[in-house]
Amino acid sequence: MDRIPILKFGSALLVTIQVDMHDRLATALEDDLTARIVSNNARGVLIDISALEVVDSFIGRMLDNIAAVSRILDADTVVVGMRPAVAITLVELGLSLTGVKTALNVERGMAMIHDRLAGSEADDADDED
Amino acid sequence: MPTTKTERLGIKISDDVVRVRQLTRTLAVEVGLGLVDQTKVVTAASELARNTLDYGGGGEVTAEVVEQGGRRGVRLTFEDKGPGIADIEQALKDGFTSGKGMGLGLGGAKRLCNEFSIASEPGLGTKVTIARWK
Amino acid sequence: MAEQAGSDVASLVSRNEKTILPEWAELQKKAGTLHTGRITEGELLSQSRNFLHLLHEALAQAGTDTASAAYEPAKAMLSELSRGRALQGFSPSETATFIFSLKQPLFNALNRDKTLSADQIASTVWSLTMLLDELGLLTLDIFQKSREEVIVRQQREIAELSTPVVKLWEGILALPLIGTLDSQRTQVVMENLLQTIVDDEAEIAIIDITGVPTVDTLTAQHLLKTVAAARLMGADCLISGIRPQIAQTMVHLGVELNVISKASLADAFAVALRQTGRTIVKAKRVEGYTFADKKSGGQDA
Repeated sequence: MDRIPILKFGSALLVTIQVDMHDRLATALEDDLTARIVSNNARGVLIDISALEVVDSFIGRMLDNIAAVSRILDADTVVVGMRPAVAITLVELGLSLTGVKTALNVERGMAMIHDRLAGSEADDADDED
Repeated sequence: MPTTKTERLGIKISDDVVRVRQLTRTLAVEVGLGLVDQTKVVTAASELARNTLDYGGGGEVTAEVVEQGGRRGVRLTFEDKGPGIADIEQALKDGFTSGKGMGLGLGGAKRLCNEFSIASEPGLGTKVTIARWK
Repeated sequence: MAEQAGSDVASLVSRNEKTILPEWAELQKKAGTLHTGRITEGELLSQSRNFLHLLHEALAQAGTDTASAAYEPAKAMLSELSRGRALQGFSPSETATFIFSLKQPLFNALNRDKTLSADQIASTVWSLTMLLDELGLLTLDIFQKSREEVIVRQQREIAELSTPVVKLWEGILALPLIGTLDSQRTQVVMENLLQTIVDDEAEIAIIDITGVPTVDTLTAQHLLKTVAAARLMGADCLISGIRPQIAQTMVHLGVELNVISKASLADAFAVALRQTGRTIVKAKRVEGYTFADKKSGGQDA
């Protein structure tokens, strides 16, 4: 079965979803990401959904799960590029994905991750005083 | 209600849910639905197809292009011979927002469509029909 | 019986076209179809001739059975005519007159026909009446639908016109809402705003509701949906223009807007600037440099 590729980008992981995923593929992605966050000691996960024309409850829950799992593993997840039609539909469906951080595009998403990393590193530095 | 086109798809494996989405999208475009309306009906179809597979033990969908009073629309009927839903009222209320419940997303699918009807008998199966009009 | 009457009428129509057509056109003119000036006499004649021809074809093939496929061309022509008249601004009765005024000329032709018995004339009059009544109702149906289409389109246009999205600054948009926010309008507003957020790569959208008369639970829901959708796309929302009465109404209704809200657009703009990492500083005046000097040729720098 094909799996969605996960790229390493500094201390972050980048996933670009470009196919209409069937449920098994989505579940595999969730598993793969979790494993990679640990194995790469990633501090950020960026999921680019700008190519997705449909995000239903299964994918929505997957995004929620990834965000929750990454939080436990001390990483930030940012979902970027949601299309207007998809956003409107998700809201109507009743999924506002409040546990998921979002950004308009990959650039902003990365900036968001780096800001938080810089912030937390500064905290760590303060702690050492 | 005159039907100008009918297609049936079996829903037996998770790949079929994708095929249902694609078929719904094709028909929605054919009927001339705007992008947002297309997305809504395709998403609703995805929810119901998944229900048919996960809770209904598999079934089929009948997709039609319909016309009534000069308006065109897409109508989808999902049928399975699964365990059925005991409390439809409750199922319609349960949703993702509660985080609990069966998570069937029926209420959500209903909100996304112009028309929604459901018939279910415990032990006999479930039939859900949705329609989105231009 | 219907078949026979049909072929009788079909040949009746073709035999008497030279009298039926002008009589019919005359009746339409008398009814005032040309008074509006929206169609010319030439157009009227050619529409009438065209329809008569299609009707004759249908009668010849299927008698007075309007459900038959033979009637599709005639019905299609009528639908188009009716739609056209609706969009041109004719009234429903002016449009239906096209069909109903055809009755008299047809009955006149029937009565002049000496080859038909009184009984035959009577039954033909009846089947013709039913036929034309049905076609007349069809024109009214299509007319009604065409008018509705226009109304729906205009509503959408009004909704779009009254909700322009304004760019206040790099990355900051404002959406001044005017009027009530019903669900159809919310759709248009949301789509407009979200698309602009994508196009402008905005970070913040300020929704100003100064022009919204009341905010009841439903309106609040629509606002919240818009905010939620924008957030899903990565843009933050602020709400401004909350009048004191609205704030009170919202409290009484138990409406909660989990969004930063400000009384004025200016305040919201200030917040937006801060949130996007900007501060406003006063410009400094540079010593020894005035505009007057520059005009007169200027000193050496």
